Amino acid sequence: MAIIKTENLCHVYSEGTPFVKTAIDNINLEIEKGEMIGVIGHTGSGKSTLIQHFNGLLEPTSGKIYIDGQDLWESKEKLRQFRFKVGLVFQYPEYQLFEETVYKDIAFGPKNMGFSPEEVDARVREAAAFVGLKEKHMEQSPFELSGGQKRRVAIAGVMAMRPEVLILDEPTAGLDPKGRDRILGQIQEYHQEQKNTVLIVSHSMEDVARFAQKALVMNKSQVFMYDTVENVFEHANEISAMGLAVPQITRVFMKLAAKGYPVDPHVYTIEGAKKELLRVMNGQGGGK
Amino acid sequence: MSEFIEAKKISFSYSLEDEKEPVKVFEDLDFTVNQGEMVAVLGHNGSGKSTLAKHFNAILLPVEGDVLVNGMNTKNEEDLYNIRQEIGMVFQNPDNQIVATVVEEDVAFGLENIGISPAEIRARVDQALDDVGMSDYKQHAPHRLSGGQKQRVAIAGIIAMRPQCIVLDEPTAMLDPRGRDEVMKTILRLNQEFGITIVLITHYMDEAAQCGRVVVMDGGKIILDSTPKDVFSHVRMLKNVGLDVPQATEIAYEMTKAGYPMPNDVLTEDECVQELARLIERTAHARRKAKEKKRK
Repeated sequence: MAIIKTENLCHVYSEGTPFVKTAIDNINLEIEKGEMIGVIGHTGSGKSTLIQHFNGLLEPTSGKIYIDGQDLWESKEKLRQFRFKVGLVFQYPEYQLFEETVYKDIAFGPKNMGFSPEEVDARVREAAAFVGLKEKHMEQSPFELSGGQKRRVAIAGVMAMRPEVLILDEPTAGLDPKGRDRILGQIQEYHQEQKNTVLIVSHSMEDVARFAQKALVMNKSQVFMYDTVENVFEHANEISAMGLAVPQITRVFMKLAAKGYPVDPHVYTIEGAKKELLRVMNGQGGGK
Repeated sequence: MSEFIEAKKISFSYSLEDEKEPVKVFEDLDFTVNQGEMVAVLGHNGSGKSTLAKHFNAILLPVEGDVLVNGMNTKNEEDLYNIRQEIGMVFQNPDNQIVATVVEEDVAFGLENIGISPAEIRARVDQALDDVGMSDYKQHAPHRLSGGQKQRVAIAGIIAMRPQCIVLDEPTAMLDPRGRDEVMKTILRLNQEFGITIVLITHYMDEAAQCGRVVVMDGGKIILDSTPKDVFSHVRMLKNVGLDVPQATEIAYEMTKAGYPMPNDVLTEDECVQELARLIERTAHARRKAKEKKRK
């Protein structure tokens, strides 16, 4: 069964003013349980508006949204439970830390969910381990940490709630390559162990190619495509026309194929490119 | 080329509240930027690159050594005003750099502060907005602009001051691909058409590849300083210090490692296509030869 399902979902900002803008328009989407999805789309495509509907931060102007089969907006009293089910990590979450210590900051969510101190403790430690925070950090003030560490504290704070769906809005923005690989690796590990659904909003097609099984492409307030990464990247030309960057290596292979070389243009990562080249070198290319 | 910025044997360290030993960021560092140059500074977080940049217009002063800007020492307080007019800084977060509620007023802010006449301000603001391609947005509210547009407004505010050099500290880190592209094109234009010296601090290898010179910092030291082609040929070294190389360079490196030698200075998409095509043809040719030999 779909963990997230939307039916004709629309959201209009500033209705009745000169600034009226339809941010998402008639979205019908079914996201299956346990998937790792990259959400891409350029600024203003509606991706942030869409994900803010998934835990009820935004109320649809029209249309429905179901989490695990339940209508999210059926009754406002129940809304709270959906916030626990679907965890959202905003962009630059390090600016949202507020507690005195790292431990308390991570514990804030599970504590509010009403768990016993033992359960809260177990969850805090588990989440801290996922993001690679060490024991010595736990009693430090979050404000003493480096930017990358702060961000990992913020992510752990949401992980500790053990949401069925974890959504991260550009978790690697502004990080250096090492920091980026580290956070993506940790999220991947978390996903594999918890078997929950993870959505990562990203501008980087290279990152999506590496970690996601599926890609959701937003364009002009609508879903352009929701499919496997391979199928989505077949539309590389359309995607780059939308202002999204297709990996350099993909563009290289598309050009080679266009020139008549016997390579498969559907290559998105360096590992994939190497494998494909070696296949061609070993004489299996083009059947010649 | 004459030296515009000269850092001579500079050291910098800062103290943490509860620790007695100050933390050293760099020591005995030499660094020069020549007039009219466009130089990228790469390095992972904590490598000291932003700290170094903040020395260029006297936001930070070296603990030891000297920084000279166009011959003026940043330690010399009387020169501070002049130094800051010659070097403008652009930071990462566009939202932190916008002060006014209308785009053109924001661009005029610096000029008003240095007592330029209204007519001259008008002319410079118009010119600056034109230079960054934001003339159509003169009367707009900055908070309704995209990140890339905001960043270009911030750059316009700097170039209206007519500096000789602009130091940009990860100006595209918070932007989407389109915004990054807009900002990079603007920076390149300022350098090529107006001869403004550019120091670009970045994490993006494709941006560094567009500069004339690339400097790589690690642990407060300059470990590489050369042309992009030369710097990116050090694939293993860059990876070891937590940096990427362009994918075009990386695939050439990987193929060489796998026993198919390729040049180590492949940088652009087209060079990569050309070199891979050559490699495929060469291999096919060798195979045909081998087959013929067998037949004989």
